[in-house]
Parts: sequence; C-alpha cells; structure tokens
Amino acid sequence: MEILVCVRRVPDTSENEIQLNSEQNDIERDDLVYSVNEWDNYAVEEALQIVGRLGGHVTVVTVGGEDDEEILRRQMAMGANHGVLLSDAAFEGSDGLGIARILAAFVKKGSYDLVLTGVQAEDGGAAVGGMLAAMLDYPFASLVNAVEVLDGARALRVSREIEGGNREISEIDLPCVLSIQTGINEPRYVGMRGIRQVASIPIPTHGAADLGLAAGAVGAAGAKVTREDYFVPPAGKGAEMLQGKRDEVVDKLVELLAAKGGLK
Amino acid sequence: MAPIFAYIEHRGGVPDDTAAELAAAARTIDATSAPTAILTGAGADLGAVAESLRASYDEVWTIGGDALAHPNAELVRAALVGALPRGSVVLVAHNHFGMDMAPGLAVRMQAAMVSDILGIEAVDGTSMRAVRQEFGGQVSAHVRCDLSAGAVVTVRPGAFKPAGGAPVNGRVVDKSSAIGAIAARRRYIETVVAEAGDVDITKHSVLVSVGRGIQDQENVALAEALAEALGAAVSCSRPVVDAKWLEKSRQVGTSGQTVKPKVYLACGISGAFQHLAGLKGSPFIVAVNKNPKAPIFQYADVGIVDDVLEFIPALTEKVRARS
Repeated sequence: MEILVCVRRVPDTSENEIQLNSEQNDIERDDLVYSVNEWDNYAVEEALQIVGRLGGHVTVVTVGGEDDEEILRRQMAMGANHGVLLSDAAFEGSDGLGIARILAAFVKKGSYDLVLTGVQAEDGGAAVGGMLAAMLDYPFASLVNAVEVLDGARALRVSREIEGGNREISEIDLPCVLSIQTGINEPRYVGMRGIRQVASIPIPTHGAADLGLAAGAVGAAGAKVTREDYFVPPAGKGAEMLQGKRDEVVDKLVELLAAKGGLK
Repeated sequence: MAPIFAYIEHRGGVPDDTAAELAAAARTIDATSAPTAILTGAGADLGAVAESLRASYDEVWTIGGDALAHPNAELVRAALVGALPRGSVVLVAHNHFGMDMAPGLAVRMQAAMVSDILGIEAVDGTSMRAVRQEFGGQVSAHVRCDLSAGAVVTVRPGAFKPAGGAPVNGRVVDKSSAIGAIAARRRYIETVVAEAGDVDITKHSVLVSVGRGIQDQENVALAEALAEALGAAVSCSRPVVDAKWLEKSRQVGTSGQTVKPKVYLACGISGAFQHLAGLKGSPFIVAVNKNPKAPIFQYADVGIVDDVLEFIPALTEKVRARS
C-alpha cells in the first residue's frame, strides 16, 4: 500500500507557553521549540503500522520552507521511506483552503492508495483533510481512532471518535483521506541516532510551477481567511489565586474543600 | 448579504443544543437576516425536530430519505450541496459531525471555509471579522473572512448564547426532492457504545482529575492517594488516555464522559474546551498548574500555580491528617 501522510511543524505547546509578543499582535516567536504536530505524528505511526503489515511505502509531505525539513527527517527516522517539501514564495500566506490545494496538486502527481492527515494542527482549524478529500473527490473520514484494511485492500474499516466515548464504524473505499486522532496508537520513539542516519538523504522540493498551480489560487492572493492578529481576551472573573508558601496554600485549600463538601 | 443557513443535528426527535446557538450566530452575522434551518433525516423524527425549530428559525428546510437515517457525513454533504443555493453562508456546529462534514462542503460549494469560531466582532459588507482560539486556547486570534462567494462556518458549541424573545414561527419546507441519487463510498456499519470502566466517574461528587502535567503513569498513583483521602474518584483529560495511563472511561470531555461533580480538582490540566465541555452543573473547580497562563485558570474558582507532582502529595498529607 502506498500511503502519503501530510505533516506540519508547529510550536510545541507541551514545551512552550504561548504568549503574545511585545507589540501584542502576534505570538512571541523567539526561542519557540518546534516539533511535528502531535496529531500528524500519530498519523505517521499508523501509516508505518499498515505498511508493516501489508508492505508498501510511506511518504511524508509538508508545505513550508527550509526549516520544515527537520520534521520530515524526524518522520523518516521513524520509518517513513520518503520526505517531500512543497515550497514556494507563492505559497506564503495560504489559508487552509490554499494548503489543501497545494497538497491536492501533489497527490494528483503520484499514485497513493491512502492519504492521512492529523485531525488538526495546534494553530489550525481541523479542515485541511476534509477539503483535500473533496478536491481529490476521494471519500473522507475524520477523527479516526482505528483502521483495519479489508481483504483485497480495496476498502478500509474505520472507527471514528464520536460523542461520549462512543465510536462510529464505517467501511470506506480506497483511495480515501483519513484524519487521524491522537491515541490511535503509540508512536515509536525517535532517537538522535535515527535522525543522524537520515540526515543526508535528499529531500525533493516542488514549487507552484512543478505542481501546476496558478499563483492566484494559493498563498495570500488566494486566501479567503486571513489571520489579522493574536490577542488574549480580557479575563473573565478568573480564579481566585491562592498564593504563599505551599503549606499555607494547602491549608487554605483544605478549608475551602471542607466548605464546598469536597472532604469526606 | 447572502442567505444564512444553519445545519441542525438532532437525536430522538429533539434538536441538538447547538440549534439555538447557530440561530444566535446567524443573527450576529446579520441582524436583519431571516436564517433558515436545514436538517436531514428519516421518518417521524424529522417532522418533530422541524416543528421545534420553528421557534428560532424563519424557515426550516427538511431533507428526508431512508439513506439519511444515520447522519453519514458523505451523504449529508451531498444532500446539502443539492439543496443549498450557491453563495450561501452555512453555519455548522464544530463538533464530531461538523468536523467530518463541513470542510468538504465548503469545497463542493466553492465557498470559504471558516473553522471553529467563538465570536463575530464585525461584518462589513461581505467581510467578517471573527474570533478563534489557537494553541489549546492559550491565545485567541482575529480572522478576516471573505464571504463574497459564500462560506461554510463551523461554530464552537457553547460560544453563542441563544437569543431569548418571542418565537418566530418559521415555515417548514420539504426539500427532499432537491436531492438526486447519492451513492456512498463510505458506508455506515454500526455505532459501538463506550465500554463501562471499573469506576463510574459520573456518579462521584468529588473528582481528582489529572492531565498532561502528571507526566508519567507512575504519578497517577499520587492522584489515586489523594482521591482515596478525599473519598473521591480519579478522572482525567484526553492526553492521559492517549498515553494509556488511564482507561477511556475515566476521560472527562466531549469525547469522553460528561460529569456533574460538586468539586472538581483539575491537576495539571490546561483546560482545552473539549475537556471543559464535559463539566456540567457548575462544580467548584480547583486548578493546579505550573503554567500561570493555563486557560483552566479562567474557568476555575480557585487557582494554584504549582507543580502537581509536589502539590498533590502535600495536599494528600493534610487531608489525611484532618480525618
């Protein structure tokens, strides 16, 4: 099975406190630690497990710049066979629709049985996978938390996460696009050594012309949704913050819990 | 301004809570709009839902058919593409169904796709300024959306307050004939109901809930010790289940359990909206988190900036000493 996984490099929210910059119009980008978007990492692991069972190849692709090569290499160190960078000045300022167009153009150049994305990105809207599927006219399922390849490899049985911890089970024809939910598997660990081993593998880059994309369809020119600024909304009532030495804080909290019926 | 539609989910003949919220969002986009509810389904339920939506929508379009008995996003999308006029603004709840259905609808309608909005600050002609949250709610963003070719807008559940006021007594219109034959390449098989766990967190009045800040499976024992001292149960947020440190039945949130405790101790939980949406009944919320900017502090009654791995044992000791 030939599987393409669309990945993104994002500021890692488990490593950073995301704060506003001094102009109060963007997030503070100095000293941010970046990593592969958490959902995408599960998607790559799922692709590797499918190929491990059935054979085939996993390609990881991202839309971005030189800095984004590091996450492609990280996913290649996990076991992805190929990494591809889609990069062009014309792509800058793309909204989700533009990103989906760029990815769709790349998918059409190849021959993939299955395309995976993460459910969402840390700074995204959980929409690229669904838009990509519609552009390719492939069936789509979101929030996928289990995948089974059916006999003959012409369809999948997938489980979607729905409300209340319940699961919606469907069969979906290949080729298709799935957006993968966290928790579907346990992504394998990647050590520095693994990353060094793939450090010199060339990563092909495709631009707008290679993909046959008109400049106006992508990038800022094609964007219908534009982020104007970041802000922190005025706080509501907020919590009453208990301050002081830990001992004093614990004492205050125990009193509060007693008053609110939190003690036995 | 383009006509505004709201796609309404329903269950057992009753519209989802988001039905009235989407009506409020439609009237925020255009105060003079006469928003239309559009719903799909089969059988008598459809009529019952339509009847109850007349109160908040000027028009209610129903699309009925046996194939639409289960809300398969692929079939619903095809039905909507058949029925909706091009250039419409279509509102959909940003939930498990909306995330599945809406993005493809935007592409099929050649419209803008605007995801997961919490507010609308201004609409100037066909340009809408909306509010989103990013990075797990740590920061918000203003987004400018071009509605000139229509838009599919997903709206965060709970973000818009249903408007009060007199019922509008809308008209119900059957649009079932507007759709042609739809063949599904994704076929619904069944719904698997979540397995009950060893502990039913919905039955407890005090919950000690742990999040990513607990850092390791071994540390879950710290929360268990506190829960025992308090006569409480241990619950958790999604990352703890993803890491397999606790079973799914312990998860509070839209994808897990909805709980109504009296007291909720959120330990190392950042406070993503999917988590908070599982907390009902206005519990007394205590948040302990080492990040003073964690969104949970906006929702908690009492906040403590500390490392949960050190704070929980200190609290456990004090609680034990009291009893």
